[in-house]
Amino acid sequence: MQFTFTEEQRMIRDAVAALLAEQSASTQVRVAMASATGTDDALWQALAVDMQACAVLVPERFGGLGAGFVEAALVGEQLGRHVACVPYHATVGLAASTLLACADDAQQAAWLSGIAAGTTIASVAGLAYAERKCTDGARFRLHGDGYLLSGRFAAVPHAHVANLMLVVAHDETGETALFALPAESPGLSARPIPTMDQTRAQAEVLLSDVAVPASARLTRLDDTTLTTARDCATVLIAAELLGVADASLAMAVDYTGERRQFGRAIASYQAIKHRAADMLLKAELARSAVYYAACVANEALFGRDEAARKVARELPQAASLAKAYAGEAAFYNAGSALQLFGGVGFTWEYDVHLYFKRAQGCSHFLGSPALHRERVARALLD
Amino acid sequence: MKISFSPEDEAFREQAARWLAENLTGEFEKLRFRGGPGDEHSFIDERRAWEKRLAAGGWVGVGWATEDGGRGATISRQVIFAEEYARAGGPGRLGHIGEGLAGPTIAAFGTPDQKARYLPPILRGEALWCQGYSEPAAGSDLAAVATRARLGDDGRWRISGQKVWTSLAHLADWCFVLARTDPASSGHLGLGFFLVAMAQPGVTVRPIEQITGSSEFNEVFFDEAVAADLLGAPGDGWKIAMALLGFERGVSTLGQQMQFRGELDEIIRVAKDNGAAQDPDIRARIAEAQMGLTVMRYNALRMLGGDAEETRAALVYKLHWASWHRNLGKLAMDVLGEAAELCDTAPYGLTRLQSLFLFTRADTLYGGSNQIQRNLIAERGLGMPREAKGR
Repeated sequence: MQFTFTEEQRMIRDAVAALLAEQSASTQVRVAMASATGTDDALWQALAVDMQACAVLVPERFGGLGAGFVEAALVGEQLGRHVACVPYHATVGLAASTLLACADDAQQAAWLSGIAAGTTIASVAGLAYAERKCTDGARFRLHGDGYLLSGRFAAVPHAHVANLMLVVAHDETGETALFALPAESPGLSARPIPTMDQTRAQAEVLLSDVAVPASARLTRLDDTTLTTARDCATVLIAAELLGVADASLAMAVDYTGERRQFGRAIASYQAIKHRAADMLLKAELARSAVYYAACVANEALFGRDEAARKVARELPQAASLAKAYAGEAAFYNAGSALQLFGGVGFTWEYDVHLYFKRAQGCSHFLGSPALHRERVARALLD
Repeated sequence: MKISFSPEDEAFREQAARWLAENLTGEFEKLRFRGGPGDEHSFIDERRAWEKRLAAGGWVGVGWATEDGGRGATISRQVIFAEEYARAGGPGRLGHIGEGLAGPTIAAFGTPDQKARYLPPILRGEALWCQGYSEPAAGSDLAAVATRARLGDDGRWRISGQKVWTSLAHLADWCFVLARTDPASSGHLGLGFFLVAMAQPGVTVRPIEQITGSSEFNEVFFDEAVAADLLGAPGDGWKIAMALLGFERGVSTLGQQMQFRGELDEIIRVAKDNGAAQDPDIRARIAEAQMGLTVMRYNALRMLGGDAEETRAALVYKLHWASWHRNLGKLAMDVLGEAAELCDTAPYGLTRLQSLFLFTRADTLYGGSNQIQRNLIAERGLGMPREAKGR
């Protein structure tokens, strides 16, 4: 057991951090989020193509770097820290995780190499945990040698910029299937929608008798692999939330150190310090939960021996814990930052609202803290 | 970063589990899951004997360096032993202050003679230690200690003053005492770190009757008590005391967590039995407790990784576990409902969960109260301005 980062992991993290400091500063984020796609194409080119940040999760035999899930989580954490407007979570967290968990070798070979190269942007519709009343969904039925898909998903992250869509669908008997289809498939459309958090763009996805070949259906899909895919995606969004929590705290500490009232920096008041201490507590617990869950996700996706399988069984609890803690930490910290900034934190000009909104959106995406708490409760009490 | 254990470590786990299964039997069977905080007064004689049994098995000083007589086990194996110990229901350790605090401090700061004198009795499970830090007027402000150390004509230091909240003082053979070597000094300067035998005329121990009606803590009065040794030089006391606090955040926290696990499991059992597990509010709080305990383990693993970047994980640890445990005590009462009022025996024999509820109110006070922890976190973890000091 070695619960510390390797030298390579630190290098990846630091390289991404340096890139984002340069290319995902406030002004750049604001330009990207106001653009038609809500996505920063230049940043994506630098991150996914030049730096191969998506390749970390793709095995070498499919053209990837074969690094692992911890590396992907470190990238995600940095993206959250900079509220970066890129489809990393959609492509890696949602799609690559799903392909790794639910697709066979030939299917992985067909779709993962583009993701590794940074040329494929992908997303997944229908991976959410069942929560509240939901009218989203897609149906599939046999059609010749293949299938026809129809349905609607109200909000799918970065679907409008994806060139590969994965869709979870059900037939009339309730059987679940997962299909991978090119974005240009006739009958498939993705229309960007306005969202409160503008840094994580989403689209409405419509499927109207989309014909797909039999080979588009992921062959290793079952309840277990689908849960693994969803849990891995959950861990990666938790990593982004950790970055949001961290950055919110750092902003608040910097600002309160400069802002003076009653003749002294407001950071010298215990009321401020104690709030900041609670923010650090939440961020650090979230960090412990996210890093641990990332290790577990890595074993679940790539582990082959008995020790790995033993660890992989912890994935549902580890993922729920990471998401609940990171979600609460991000929202608490961003909300606290807003409070500690005072009036200027309420303005559009200061960046606090970008973090506040990203925290709100991501803490509900793939399950709210309450949902994950109840998931833990079910495993424990029922 | 890897969290699975190697086959060699798993073999070590089996070895530890087997030893515990074979030895927590017979006279020691009744000690399983006993003697933790709130239950520290139970089975004293048997637990003294257990310390020696553990030592004979080579399970005291698992993480100590081999040159100090320990096993020199890796962090992974220390984690494994702490987990297996708690899983087996190993009783609350009477020797933990010696093994976890005094020993590592003496190993780090002692002379070869001091190490030879003090370390082997700890490793044999014979010498029990207690900690003489807090005083009536030096609580959160530990540097305000007023206990005096006077160098006599015979070359020996004599200690006078009062310590308070001293766990296990009534059982301990030795106490490490923070005392002022320079009477003109104040604050962090002019302190010494003394090793004092408890069995001598100048030392009086008076138990403090607590909120639980039991007495885990004591007052200790020193009246010209002779110190057997000074660790380091006069004036090194603060430096050594602070280093000791670093040892305190060691692997022992993992054993503590397994005790917490046992408490939470009992609460879950009760909640399932009496139907509280179906109450939405209770469900959410039990899940929160489960998650809080699990993340405590992950956080401890990060701390133990020893990464320089992970000092913040150590900094928040006390605030988290203390608050978590206090909340667990309240959860236990709320799960029991009105039945929480019913004592075990007359006149005031508390149940395990009642003890938990009451005793955990101390957790957010001792070892740095939650308020002091928040100051430390803000100042050391975030670099925010230090608290102003009065004169």
